[in-house]
Amino acid sequence: MRNKYAVKQLSVFLENRKGRLLEVTETLKNAGVNIRALAMAESAEFGILRLVVNNPEKAKNALSTGGFTVKEQDVFAVEVEDRPGSFFQVVKALAHSDINIDYTYAFVGNSNRAVLIFKVPDEMLNRALESLDRSGIGLVEPLFFYD
Amino acid sequence: MWNSIEGAFREELEALQSRRLRQTVERVYHLVPFYREKLDALGIKPRDIRSVKDLSRLPFTLKQDLRDHYPFGLFAVPMEQVIRIHSSSGTTGKPTVVGYTEHDLKVWNEVMARTMSMGNVGPGDVVHNAYGYGLFTGGLGFHYGGEAVGASVVPSSGGFTKRQLLLMKDFGATALCCTPSFALHLSEVAREEGYDLHNDFKLKAGFFGAEPASEGLRQALRDAWNIQYVEAYGLSEIIGPGVAATCPEGRLHVFEDHFIPEIIDPETGEVLSDGEEGELVITTVTKQALPLLRYRTKDITRLYREPCACGRTLVGMDSIKGRSDDMLIVNGVNVFPSQVEHVLTKVEGTTPNYVIVVDKKGVLDKLEVWVEMDESTFADGIGALETLKRRLETEMLNDLYINVRVKLVEPRTLERSMGKAKRIMDRRESESLERS
Repeated sequence: MRNKYAVKQLSVFLENRKGRLLEVTETLKNAGVNIRALAMAESAEFGILRLVVNNPEKAKNALSTGGFTVKEQDVFAVEVEDRPGSFFQVVKALAHSDINIDYTYAFVGNSNRAVLIFKVPDEMLNRALESLDRSGIGLVEPLFFYD
Repeated sequence: MWNSIEGAFREELEALQSRRLRQTVERVYHLVPFYREKLDALGIKPRDIRSVKDLSRLPFTLKQDLRDHYPFGLFAVPMEQVIRIHSSSGTTGKPTVVGYTEHDLKVWNEVMARTMSMGNVGPGDVVHNAYGYGLFTGGLGFHYGGEAVGASVVPSSGGFTKRQLLLMKDFGATALCCTPSFALHLSEVAREEGYDLHNDFKLKAGFFGAEPASEGLRQALRDAWNIQYVEAYGLSEIIGPGVAATCPEGRLHVFEDHFIPEIIDPETGEVLSDGEEGELVITTVTKQALPLLRYRTKDITRLYREPCACGRTLVGMDSIKGRSDDMLIVNGVNVFPSQVEHVLTKVEGTTPNYVIVVDKKGVLDKLEVWVEMDESTFADGIGALETLKRRLETEMLNDLYINVRVKLVEPRTLERSMGKAKRIMDRRESESLERS
């Protein structure tokens, strides 16, 4: 299942310095990379920008060359109806299978659908996908994000 | 072993040292006014110095003495016999100038040939020499050392990292000579450029010196390039590189038939026993142009004479722990950059790229260590990074007895020159100057 549904996510280490986010986004723009989903985590001194993009390989090369520390990891995405309780259903399915969620972020897709992105510990990824599939939750193939 | 003297019986070696020491004292007394005055002031005549056991009666020579006699005041030969001159960078005050006679260069070639032999380099080997060529002794020292053992020397000098990698690969370099920080830089750039470090290169040994390197950095270089790490210790005042080098057993041996080492208490000047840590002092006993009696290197280390499995009987020396110059005094506690580096490499997943920043906060000193994040250390999670930071801070407190604030920074934000890595930023002095 992992091969079919794992989505490549890029995490970028950023110091809390003026202009750094501008430089990341400019680097991606210059490389012609389209950002499909993003989330930012921050502490007092540094932050982590997490990105799902249309071409992870190209984005990673552009960022590494630009002097950023980038880490590539597998996440997965599910598509749910954009209504109360959808997120709950997904989290419940994962909780029942004893899957820890490292973090999650979401964006509203077309019409009345929403896409949720989940990062779980790597060794739990396959089990998470299986349990969601069993619960009838719609898994999103990476092609949805990539070109 | 390049020369059988490296494995001679101690009695034979000490007899040779004593004979050479007597000649050296005799020469400097008659040829260098500075030494004559010093010896006269102490009431010592050359004939009073009979053997190496009398070494401790001789006066010390300081770097300042070289500066005070800038440029050629301590030379023991007329300029007609000096065929090479080198000089230190002189970042603080006047540069120090050293001269070589034809015989001195032969001695230098000899000790550099021994150094190259430590890494089993000889005819058929390709020596890629990325030490800077010029006034700095590193470039020409390794150059002639490589030639002396019959290897093919590539005098690439510093800089132009990508072209260096290309030449190393295409020429099939089997030995790399450069500073440890530049070797690390080369490995990083090689990976970025898509080289397979173990298969694209044929390196078997690296000859690293001119700056201290922690065991963590050494291991990182051994692993990155799959090489034997030969530390080449030396200083231009004594000869340049070639004062000591690491044997295949991993022990640094001092070429003491030319350079006699002692360890002293840097405060009292008292000679310490084998195994005790203190300042390294060296007396040159074969140099002609610039013989130095008991030169204070400011390097902190230990000596030991237990037999070495490599067969050399030459005295063993620890890697330099730090320079008494580099030692930071932070709120009254002595801190060496090497201690900080040790903690960084001990905590799993941290590369040895860092800078120490000392600042004043009110009346107290404040120590910060900025650590570069790279792909292996960068855990994707604020919590994981905060844990890493706290762990480093705790370890520094345990090892250094001092409160250090660790700051995680992006790569390449720290200044890394092609030569010596700049590890310390001391902002205390400049601030007090600004205030006054």
